[in-house]
Amino acid sequence: MTITEKILAAHAGKAAVEPGEFIVARPDMVMGNDLSTAGAIGVLRKMGAAKVFDPEKIAIVFDHIVPARDIQAADLLKGVRQWVREQGIRHFFDEGRHGIAHIILPEQGLALPGNLIIGGDSHSCTYGAVGAFSTGVGHTDLAGVLALGEIWLKVPASIKSTYHGTLGPWIMGKDLILATIGKIGIDGALYQAMEFRGPALATLGMSERLTMCNMAIEAGGKSGIVAPDEVTLSYVRERATRPWTVYQSDPDARYVAEYDFEITGMRPQVAKPFSPDNVVPVDEVAGTPLDQVFIGSCTNAKLEDLRIAARILRGKKAHAGTRLIVIPASTWIWNQALKEGLLEIFAEAGAAVSTPTCGACFGGHTGVLGAGEVCLSTSNRNFVGRMGHPTAQSYLANPAVAAASAIKGCIAAPEEVL
Amino acid sequence: MIRGRVWKFGDDVNTDVIMPGKYLAMHDPAEIAPYIMEGIDPDFGKKAKPGDIIVAGKNFGCGSSRETAPGGLKAFGIGAIIAPTFARIFLRNAVNIGLPVLECPAAAADIREGDVVAVEMATGRITDETTGRTYQASPFPPFLQELIAAGGLIPYVRRRLGVA
Ligand code: SF4
Repeated sequence: MTITEKILAAHAGKAAVEPGEFIVARPDMVMGNDLSTAGAIGVLRKMGAAKVFDPEKIAIVFDHIVPARDIQAADLLKGVRQWVREQGIRHFFDEGRHGIAHIILPEQGLALPGNLIIGGDSHSCTYGAVGAFSTGVGHTDLAGVLALGEIWLKVPASIKSTYHGTLGPWIMGKDLILATIGKIGIDGALYQAMEFRGPALATLGMSERLTMCNMAIEAGGKSGIVAPDEVTLSYVRERATRPWTVYQSDPDARYVAEYDFEITGMRPQVAKPFSPDNVVPVDEVAGTPLDQVFIGSCTNAKLEDLRIAARILRGKKAHAGTRLIVIPASTWIWNQALKEGLLEIFAEAGAAVSTPTCGACFGGHTGVLGAGEVCLSTSNRNFVGRMGHPTAQSYLANPAVAAASAIKGCIAAPEEVL
Repeated sequence: MIRGRVWKFGDDVNTDVIMPGKYLAMHDPAEIAPYIMEGIDPDFGKKAKPGDIIVAGKNFGCGSSRETAPGGLKAFGIGAIIAPTFARIFLRNAVNIGLPVLECPAAAADIREGDVVAVEMATGRITDETTGRTYQASPFPPFLQELIAAGGLIPYVRRRLGVA
């Protein structure tokens, strides 16, 4: 069996499962964000469910519209706070502890190897980076699992992507996953689990693995996963809130597709508007003028991402015609970035640095694009209207490319500004 | 029996165009219904009528997990959506809230905009009344058929919880 099949079997109380089989599984952790929890609360009322299945196995994280962006948001957040209190949910990340859920859960040791995690957000596939099975659902499904503590799942077939070679300078997990999505397309992994492995992957730290699993959904994947190794375990040991289990794919595990990627010599990758699979090497779009550069989102606003952006921006200024917005992914990361002097580097470069939030990523607030504006973003989606006006355009790239592009005022490879 | 006029869309119609992010904090489906498909065709909500059917290309509903996408389509009164494949979260959400979706590559390829189409959810039979052709959608597994027959996830959970 694959690691995915083993985790699903264990949570369905079965010795083995097969791709295509329907199971009822019991999750170890259920995540709701501000928006999906608000939706789920309404559905829970209609379901007649007064109590959640287990408050200890639930994490509620405010990320999309926090700090309240308008009156409607304020009322929504207020309603969720009250419900969280009534239900006695301890793992609650309100303003002051808040951040993007997909970064908070691993960071706070709530997403662990071998776990089955259900999240009320499509990028819940991120937690696969710690060797968990994790997938996103809508708010009605979220309500169902909050009420019953179980969920039906179809066991996905697995796709194996193996990464060979050595990473060049400024090449990150983002480039590997963009290259992968560019190759297989935005439905290349539809209904399937994406397993990432190989000698190049083994050299990547948790931050890069989180970025890769985060974007499994951009290939249509149900989940993304990296089997635990020493990198995973040393990350997890520092923060785990509960015991965990390590699973590995068997040597004779079955895959529906296998892809091999040679990383040596790879150029930074950029996804052009209007799809994350519209991927080219940075050199093909270099020189494209930019109105805004956004360093943020659950994909690339981790401490490591900010450190890389700061290395490029140190002592430099963002181009006069280009707005630079930096939004660290979590409160812990924000504090750490403050202590390390990263926020100062951004501020001196002329960036608008915000408290953690999804903000500009989904065109919600804190950096929405106007008609015809062009943005380079470290986030994960660039569909029509994603970041604002339907005629605005977004390019997706890693934080090094973002920082270099902010300095040049147009899309640029990192080495161009050093 | 569901019967309506067809509106056609291409491949990979994503949730950002079905229901842009600015409407995300609105949880009342009736409030968001007029804005469906705004990212592709800002006038769709004015042109289409309740009961109309959407026929689209592969991977319909890809992108975010927002239920304002299927929720808005349902609240508007879209009768059914026919596509070769659906993005998985969209498919789950649609089944959970009782928005009829059918996977049928042949029907999705043949049926033209403006055709009048009839759909029988119980059997998965699709009839293009304009051309007279019939198609068979891939049947849902028994597990999902039960959920659909129960009227979606809310009645299903009520029953499980023993709520009258
Ligand atoms: S940062 Fe963007 S992609 Fe990530 S959870 Fe927030 S809105 Fe979704």
